[in-house]
Amino acid sequence: MTIGWAGTALRGIRWYLREATGESAYDSYVAHARREHPDAPVLPRRDFERVRQDARASQTRARCC
Amino acid sequence: MSSELRTDDRSGDQLADRPGGRSRIGQTIVWVLVAVVGATAWGVLALVRHERISALWLLAAALGSYAIAYRFYARFIVRRVLGVDDTRATPAERLENDIDFQPTDRRVLFGHHFAAIAGAGPLVGPVLAAQMGYLPGTIWIVAGVIFAGAVQDMVTLFFSMRRDGKSLGQMAREEIGPVGGAAALLAVFTIMIILLAVLALVVVNALAASPWGTFSIAMTIPIALLMGFYLRVLRPGRVMETTVIGVALLLLAIVAGGWVQESSWASAFTLSAKALVICLVVYGFFASVLPVWMLLAPRDYLSTFMKIGTIGLLAIGMLFTLPVLHNEAITKFATNGKGPVFAGSLFPFVFITIACGALSGFHSLIASGTTPKMIEKESQIRLIGYGGMLAESFVAISAMIAASVLDQGLYYAINAPAGVVGATAQTAATAVTNLGFPITPNALTAAAAQVQEKTLIARTGGAPTLAVGMSEIFSSAFGDTLKAYFYHFAIMFEALFILTTVDAGTRVGRFMLQDTLGNVWKPMARVSWWPGVWSTSAVVVGAWGYFLWTGVTNPLGGINQLFPLFGIANQLLAAVALAVCTTLLIKHDKLKYAWVTAIPLAWDTLVTLTASWQKIFSADPGLGFFAQRNRFQTALDKGTVLKPAKNIADMHAVVTNSTVDGVLSALFAGLIVIVLLDAVRVCIKAARTRGGLPTAEAPYVESHIVAPAGLIPTAEERRVLAGTGAGSGSGTRGAHPS
Repeated sequence: MTIGWAGTALRGIRWYLREATGESAYDSYVAHARREHPDAPVLPRRDFERVRQDARASQTRARCC
Repeated sequence: MSSELRTDDRSGDQLADRPGGRSRIGQTIVWVLVAVVGATAWGVLALVRHERISALWLLAAALGSYAIAYRFYARFIVRRVLGVDDTRATPAERLENDIDFQPTDRRVLFGHHFAAIAGAGPLVGPVLAAQMGYLPGTIWIVAGVIFAGAVQDMVTLFFSMRRDGKSLGQMAREEIGPVGGAAALLAVFTIMIILLAVLALVVVNALAASPWGTFSIAMTIPIALLMGFYLRVLRPGRVMETTVIGVALLLLAIVAGGWVQESSWASAFTLSAKALVICLVVYGFFASVLPVWMLLAPRDYLSTFMKIGTIGLLAIGMLFTLPVLHNEAITKFATNGKGPVFAGSLFPFVFITIACGALSGFHSLIASGTTPKMIEKESQIRLIGYGGMLAESFVAISAMIAASVLDQGLYYAINAPAGVVGATAQTAATAVTNLGFPITPNALTAAAAQVQEKTLIARTGGAPTLAVGMSEIFSSAFGDTLKAYFYHFAIMFEALFILTTVDAGTRVGRFMLQDTLGNVWKPMARVSWWPGVWSTSAVVVGAWGYFLWTGVTNPLGGINQLFPLFGIANQLLAAVALAVCTTLLIKHDKLKYAWVTAIPLAWDTLVTLTASWQKIFSADPGLGFFAQRNRFQTALDKGTVLKPAKNIADMHAVVTNSTVDGVLSALFAGLIVIVLLDAVRVCIKAARTRGGLPTAEAPYVESHIVAPAGLIPTAEERRVLAGTGAGSGSGTRGAHPS
């Protein structure tokens, strides 16, 4: 019982960190691409991350004091 | 307008959690208990005088008030005043592009938003305001956040979200007019410059003559470059393992700082404040022109992890140790206005000094920046906008506690400018004892030795005070042997995220400048045209570098002179945001609810204009910039040198700085008056028109996302989510494993 709880909690933390850091972005992209456009080629991770990094470069978030 | 009215009635029903009879009674009991605990804590804070109280009461008063405010006031604003509508698609859903518009799980977005709004501000302001006693600052932090700060953040977020994530400047131009809009844009830019200068000054004061701190911080640059390279080339997208490596190296850098301090390298890392300014300016320039992935993004990961980790540790440390406060509830400086940390009396300067944590205009830039483009459901603005700001306010309360647990003699020795306390333990002990806070030179030397610093005297800016306070709290929880490490850990974490703010702020300032100049000459706006990028970066860095330099060289003390200006600037920006919000409420025909933002706006205007008035017109040379200028100019004309200036060059510096600061105060006050007058004009017009005025609100589109409103889904929301096949906590698009 407790192990089940701890497992859920750990999975939750892992899920949170992956979402918050953007690590899961590639997986969501692949899932999305397979679902919506099954025939189109899927970018390899290296290319996807590069496009994503460069797209974000032009919109720096201000950080508050 | 019609869509607005139509949606109002529905939103209430749709959101209502419909508890059964028994759980309603249970809820009522819980909320009565929360209210009783909060009220008791406030009672203790209000009545206990002349004896030391536990930090427990501050924490209980704050947390109890936050809970009540979030449950009742925030809900009232969301449902009645704004009328959020979860059947309406948010910009993230309508415009999804996987870059900036992206529906994001509310808990993840809360983390992003909190990391963006909470930085050094809520830590520094309360430390400085502790010179008035712990009570005025605490009351303002809690009441301010509930009625002003969190309201501003949430309402700005709402209106920006309804306008596809438009920025505050754009909203001011479209909803108020070109004059108000231009004034708002100029205000945003100048505020950014002052903000960056003051924050950089905090770092300089924390690192000057400290080889340990300087080495640790310097190491963050190669660490970030390594992380950037790793993420770009070696293992693209593996953010978590990169961050683990980065944090491990960072901790190593903190420990290694101690070795460096003892080694022959120490002299190489012992830099004067002036040398540090030059390093920071050069660094800031390169950080803002280098590709984001190389330096800025990895630093941002590092500083976010350190920030959340340290804030969490501090909260846990406080709850475990429940330290006793040595500060007085209200000190004499609250009334006589002669405090050494900053001049001026309780009103208006407590409300200026504590900006972040209570009401911070800067947040309106974030609430109208990335966050509105990522929100999944309209009702989530309560958790993210209001809740995020409550969390920041809690950080401010923690900082107030950390500053108040220190021996007050030590507090003033650290925070009074060198002009007051001199440079040695002897002079500092005498000066502070004369202020009415007895301390011996030995105690000052011992305090510095405990954290392995050469001196703690006149280490203004708040960071060293906070670090000493935190090391005090941590070491009473985990043991004394690690005190120096805790101190340097705290310094490192503050410096790290201030530098991230400086990187990001310089870049954002550069974009703003490029945008504005692009209107005059097209190529300037191009982000890939090197002459444009380099020249605008140089202008931005040069501007904050100038204020940083004057802050470091000012004989009167940079923090003492610049912090009020920073506070005024920040609160001025809050006035712009609240004016935009109030105008929009009235334009949307919600005059009867306009008080929700109009009352904080009136208060903020009163505070900002009173402070500006005193800074410009006060005849007291300690307070008024121009009175100060006249005093030193008169002496200079006679060829005499006034303390704390040491020579004629110092005298010239004081005259120039006072003039610049005075002119800036006048500029800020002028801008706020222009924005307000323009807003009042539009408000009157809107109030006279039946049904309000047309606004730039995006038209209604039906939403297909199902997601809970609050942090924990209600029973009703769980049922709906289960029906769509999504996990228990997340929206239909998230992939929560459960």
